[in-house]
Amino acid sequence: MSALAAAIEGLALLGPGLPDWASAHAVLSGAQPYVHAPTAVPVPGLLPPNERRRSGLAVKIALAVGAAALAQTARDASRIDTVFASSSADGDTCHAICEQLAGSERLISPTRFHNSVHNAPSGYWSIATRCMAPSTSLCAYDASFGAGLIEACALLHARGAPVLLVAYDAPYPEPLLAKRPVRDAFGVALLLAPQAGAGARARLELTLAEGAPDTLADAGLEALRRAVPTARSLPLLRLLARGASAAAVIEYLGGPHLAVRVAPCA
Amino acid sequence: MRPLQLSSFTLTTCLGRGREATLGALQRRASGLARRAFETAALDTCLGEVEGVDEVRLPPALAAWDCRNNRLAELGLAQDGFADAVRAAAARCSAARVGVFLGTSTSGILQTELAYRRRDGASGALPADFDYARTHNTYSVTGYVRARLALAGPAWTVSTACSSSGKVFGAAARMIDAGLIDAAVVGGVDSLCLTTLYGFNSLELLAREPCRPWDRARSGLSIGEAAAFALLEPLPAAPAPGAVALLGVGESSDAHHMSAPHPEGLGARLAMQAALGAAALRPADIGYINLHGTATPSNDAAEDRAVTEVFGTRTPCSSTKGATGHTLGAAGAVEAAIAALALRHGFIPAGVNTVEPDPALRADYVLEGREAPLKHVLSNSFGFGGTNCSLVLGRA
Repeated sequence: MSALAAAIEGLALLGPGLPDWASAHAVLSGAQPYVHAPTAVPVPGLLPPNERRRSGLAVKIALAVGAAALAQTARDASRIDTVFASSSADGDTCHAICEQLAGSERLISPTRFHNSVHNAPSGYWSIATRCMAPSTSLCAYDASFGAGLIEACALLHARGAPVLLVAYDAPYPEPLLAKRPVRDAFGVALLLAPQAGAGARARLELTLAEGAPDTLADAGLEALRRAVPTARSLPLLRLLARGASAAAVIEYLGGPHLAVRVAPCA
Repeated sequence: MRPLQLSSFTLTTCLGRGREATLGALQRRASGLARRAFETAALDTCLGEVEGVDEVRLPPALAAWDCRNNRLAELGLAQDGFADAVRAAAARCSAARVGVFLGTSTSGILQTELAYRRRDGASGALPADFDYARTHNTYSVTGYVRARLALAGPAWTVSTACSSSGKVFGAAARMIDAGLIDAAVVGGVDSLCLTTLYGFNSLELLAREPCRPWDRARSGLSIGEAAAFALLEPLPAAPAPGAVALLGVGESSDAHHMSAPHPEGLGARLAMQAALGAAALRPADIGYINLHGTATPSNDAAEDRAVTEVFGTRTPCSSTKGATGHTLGAAGAVEAAIAALALRHGFIPAGVNTVEPDPALRADYVLEGREAPLKHVLSNSFGFGGTNCSLVLGRA
């Protein structure tokens, strides 16, 4: 089985009780206990004010973590390929459209309609960063983070250029929430590069693997990992927080899963 | 990129089921668009509805996946021996080495639209029989096809609006090139639903009459539905007679607007140039371009500008959306299959419904289908969010 390799240059996270990578680092390395709190989604500074108002939660989370990962590097956002991965399109937008369609008027706002597409965060990102490079938007239900990570590494392998992976979940409101109980907004971004240059934090190797995925000892973190598709990334993020050479199995499709190996850069 | 063979391919649209029905319809300039009702939609427009989707039954073991989109996928898989070809490939290289990458824009959202009419009067809850994961979710169609074909390799849905099932060819090519899989099922499935009908209506992009791409009187698009699939494998040293290969994929972003194309077609131009570059071909090598050609005034104008800047004004072009309607997330795979038919059977399909090409558009728009010994064909798919994808296919 071939392994795909990448260097991690940037890393950002936004989740419930995990407002940024610094606090996530403290929790995942065991220095701080995990305490659940609602995800605090910042106003996306990348967007002009009228777009900020019109964009949904999915766009806000994706742009926040994408921009934070990029800010850790000297890379020019306008030249970077992107992979967006999410277990669904924007939950609030979908609910609003379904409610209107169930009524007698069926008047959908044009803005709401174009915000309903799965690739809305990719579109807003490319506009905000003036990036004309390739961008894709994926979904694999609970396995969406794994799908995004494989595609990002495969794209890096094919094009030999940096790739920004942005994985996120924007929960549905009721009544869909009861059918799809992803209760917390979550975003993770990784800026991957082909070579481990001066700015690299760690090297990553990825293969498809059978066998059981890693779980987390902390009950709160493990509950989060299981409940939120993007939080399936937590075992990988824990390796990066600990900063040692180590391996983990990330939950993907139930077969195959993803074996990841991480080694810190000097 | 390393060329891949389309070991098998199939398409089911309003023109008919499978390759032969489609080929016949294209050669006699038929259109499957008709003024008809869909569900409770009350809109003055024509649709490209696939006949018989409601009558399709999923295998009992997969009944939980039942929705219009997966019924359409089931119907599509049953044509042209496609499912058997995939099973044979899985037997050769193991089910874990066959990936599944499908494009859709709305998957089975119709199921949720219908469930929202059956909410509990007191609590507002959705009905107990509604299965979000296996119907509405964007991954549902890929999960269904993977289960139906008993595949166990990597899989995901690409959902980039109307470029979705063009981009799956790129995903599959990268995965095969990286050595993670030996073969891939790619394709697109999108089915009629109220979200897209009323959504495009809100943008005032629906034509009243069957859509007329490139026409001076074009007034918008006609929505269709389709399932199209291809089995991709590395090109053998001695390809079978008539074999068609994927030679290049080009992707780009407009970085301009969420629902309007770049007015100069800049993103589209980058995608076409990247596809040519990946195939190591020059513009003059392309014998026919299957346009995105949605028939909205601004889309066709932007694409015409992009095409003529890359190819000049003498490469034959047409949009087959006058025949099939705009099948949205399935359009990329439908039009890749039409490109493969054009290569295999040596013909350029006519752009149907178009009466008088817009004199402001300069590309060589083909109004009468004709025989042509094609070697290389390019197919365009563009979408909301400014996403662009071009494919180059050729005779192997």
